[in-house]
Amino acid sequence: MMKNCEYQQIDPRALSVSPSSAQNHAGKSAQRPRRKWEVFPGKNRFFCDGRIILARQSGVLPLTLGLIVVTCGLFFAFDCPFLVEHLTVFIPVIGGVLFVFVVISLLRTSFTDPGILPRATPDEAADIEKQIDTSGSSTYRPPPRTKEILINQQVVKLKYCFTCKTFRPPRTSHCSLCDNCVERFDHHCPWVGNCVGKRNYRFFYSFIISLSFLTSFIFGCVITHITLRSQASKSLVQAIQESPGSVVELVICFFSIWSILGLSGFHTYLVASNLTTNEDIKGSWSSKRAAEESGNPYSYNSIITNCCATLCGPMPPSLIDRRGFLPLDEPIPAPSASEMELPPFVAKNDAHMCTQSTKDVLERVVHSFDFHGLCPPGTPKTSPLGPEVSCTAAAPSPQTLPSASSSLQHARQLVPAPCPPFSRSSKKEMDSLHSINPAFRLASPSPSLSRTTLILGDAPDLGFIPLP
Amino acid sequence: MAETHSLQDMRQQAAVAAKVFIQRDYTNGTVCQFQTKFPSEMETRIDKQQFEETVRTLNNLYAEAEKLGSQSYIEGCLACLTAYTVFLCMETHYEKVLKKIAKYIQEQNDKIYAPRGLLLTDPIERGLRVIEVTIFEDRSLTR
Repeated sequence: MMKNCEYQQIDPRALSVSPSSAQNHAGKSAQRPRRKWEVFPGKNRFFCDGRIILARQSGVLPLTLGLIVVTCGLFFAFDCPFLVEHLTVFIPVIGGVLFVFVVISLLRTSFTDPGILPRATPDEAADIEKQIDTSGSSTYRPPPRTKEILINQQVVKLKYCFTCKTFRPPRTSHCSLCDNCVERFDHHCPWVGNCVGKRNYRFFYSFIISLSFLTSFIFGCVITHITLRSQASKSLVQAIQESPGSVVELVICFFSIWSILGLSGFHTYLVASNLTTNEDIKGSWSSKRAAEESGNPYSYNSIITNCCATLCGPMPPSLIDRRGFLPLDEPIPAPSASEMELPPFVAKNDAHMCTQSTKDVLERVVHSFDFHGLCPPGTPKTSPLGPEVSCTAAAPSPQTLPSASSSLQHARQLVPAPCPPFSRSSKKEMDSLHSINPAFRLASPSPSLSRTTLILGDAPDLGFIPLP
Repeated sequence: MAETHSLQDMRQQAAVAAKVFIQRDYTNGTVCQFQTKFPSEMETRIDKQQFEETVRTLNNLYAEAEKLGSQSYIEGCLACLTAYTVFLCMETHYEKVLKKIAKYIQEQNDKIYAPRGLLLTDPIERGLRVIEVTIFEDRSLTR
């Protein structure tokens, strides 16, 4: 009950339009309206003003592109003249078409949003927390962060994503490299430098299929070329000397053809059974294989329909709206709540067991204090609080600042904070905190874990919203 | 988005009393459908039938967007053959339906929800996760 009051109190106030924050934002955006990609929380890079999206590490995408371009370049330079003369002019034509197709598919796969789910707004996150707390499943702490639903008469577990603060839709997975939840997550492909998900799976598939054709085609042509040449000059070594590029192509194609053909075959099987690599590896539906033909609730039980649905289905739009402008009246995730609201909130917070959500809310509130310069922000990394850390900012009266809970938040994210006037901590609470979460290496002189007892529960999994 | 343009005044004048989130309904798979369960917070403001009607219409529109029919297959094959460059000049079927949905929501807001102090947010602005209904405080709002 009290917790609900706290939610009501913080959320609307912190997030509704208040004169100071409106002015703040108006001031900020008076210079230039910002696009949403500029404040995107995931680890992605954007180019061309948000039109092109890439994972943070481009992986080996330059290598992939380089290999393809070099191999084709050598093909056109060394093999084509000979083969055009001796066979047919269509050889470079086919090669050219395949090459263009491969490169376009590759670039589309790399630069397309794979189906990233935008993170939950703070209101949504609070609402979900409320539902978890009040539902019957959380009779013990920590509350299980899974939800079971029925899909086509089959039980599927939805997991709660701590980073995105929402229950992941079915078939969605969180990619740690990109730090995003991706719909119909297949895998993160380093060759392509991006995740492969709902929106770019068809591009990925056409990339590997066309690459298999291209590799096989070049391989075949090079073999033919070398064979014809060695027949003409009656010596293999001489043939190779005349066309050294062919050997390079041969080596590249030989080594890549196995993996690419294997990958194509594997993905053809996945497409036909409407599975993702993720599901296949985890064996999500394989235990049911014995009972029915396919335990996969998403399969249409027909190979043709599965293929059509995956490859030719409607193209969903990008949900992250990269090029949209940030609305002026909505706060960017780091709201600056006015100071006046905090004392009553803090008073209520006394002696309550804070759940994780309240901690998140407190974290936001506390960071708003940072912006007001009450405590030095320090570096945004988890560091142990030690005696060496001292609060250099002027400490306002102990009653107005939020207590232990917020300092604990500081401990998670920032170095500093604890202000000397707060050291009313009791050793008992320190010990309890020690035992709950050893990650908080709190030294005794550090402050105030005084009033609030925090149950950290599944703390290691906490994903705090990274602050700008 | 455009739908809240005319309602922005209301938003600035009235304080938000609560926000209700209609979650997705996954019983039919990953297609975009929303739960038609009527949230209790809105009982005082709007008729249950009316609301369920709105959600059902939205569900039908989303189903139409994601329908696997001949049109989507033709579009898919054409896209594949042109190496997906056709999307640079043409709007996909899904996007067309999304525009229809945006118009429908704006119309519903203007006619039905705004007079009752409610505001529907287009789900696409929330990543198709929820339909967010903002309940404004009951001051005498006249429209």
